[in-house]
Amino acid sequence: MDSRAVVVALETLVPGARVEAVPAIDQPTVLVGAGFLVAVCTALRDAPDLRFTALVDIVGVDMMPRVPRFDVNYSLVATSVVARLRVKVQVDGDTPRMPSVVGVWPAAGFLEREVWDLLGVTFDGHPDLRRLLTPDDWTGHPLRKDYPVQIDAPVKVHEPLQMTEEQFRANIRNDRQVRKGDS
Amino acid sequence: MIEIPVLTTTVEKMAQWARRSSVWPVTFGLACCAIEMMSMGASRYDLARFGAEVFRASPRQADLMIVAGRLSRKMAPALRRIYDQMPEPKWVISMGACASCGGVFDNYAVVQGVDRVVPVDVFVPGCPPRPEALLYGIISLQRKIDQQRAFEYPRG
Repeated sequence: MDSRAVVVALETLVPGARVEAVPAIDQPTVLVGAGFLVAVCTALRDAPDLRFTALVDIVGVDMMPRVPRFDVNYSLVATSVVARLRVKVQVDGDTPRMPSVVGVWPAAGFLEREVWDLLGVTFDGHPDLRRLLTPDDWTGHPLRKDYPVQIDAPVKVHEPLQMTEEQFRANIRNDRQVRKGDS
Repeated sequence: MIEIPVLTTTVEKMAQWARRSSVWPVTFGLACCAIEMMSMGASRYDLARFGAEVFRASPRQADLMIVAGRLSRKMAPALRRIYDQMPEPKWVISMGACASCGGVFDNYAVVQGVDRVVPVDVFVPGCPPRPEALLYGIISLQRKIDQQRAFEYPRG
């Protein structure tokens, strides 16, 4: 299945969607408008002749001088007919926003967190958009082209405890109760 | 008349001899240097010859931390916590270029030298250092422990 066939199939499945085939050296690639992403992804997953049931990876790319600035690539695999597809979305701006596909493939949860963490692309509708790779209190998005290579920040050597003393004591009491019950 | 063999020494020398003869490292490998560290502990290079082969899984039972590999900024609080959990007296070996100065990772994510996080006693150069080099580092640390004072004395 080449990208042209996917575009033809999608034009009937999602009427009015902005989908076009783009050249790529390795696998069929389609460019989708951000507004139609969720509808297109649902169609790609559910249509009986497509069945792209597996989301393998989400890769964000910063193409800085270019407008629109960011590429977000979704790598899909159809496990029944062994086909691969790359869905490409382009977003622009300093704080780009696009819809989340967690509702389509739950695997997108961590992958979108990674893209947000490193590139600052906000995914609307993501249930838990926290940093994934950098520390929780990091500022900036390191994989952006305008992020400095070396930063002049002191090394953080202390992390506050993640539970209060009351919670800690309650935990120990609870643990003793459980042990007593066992013996 | 019975001859009893006697050696005279100071308590301090005795204590430091005991300390340097069994420097137990904490199991703490961060990157590829840890592979060389394991190799040093295994039969071919045999760290047991120097009494330091007991890699403890708990920092509470360890005297030595070998920082083997690059330390990321996210890992720094964890390393510091493990170091703080080790009982005194304790020593640190910074193994390899990355742990000592950041090495090839001159970027935002890697701490440029673990001496910004914990006090380091011996730096071992190399990328990664061969097991012999780390053995020499441990022997250097043993010499250093031999020369250290065992107790704190009142000043004046």
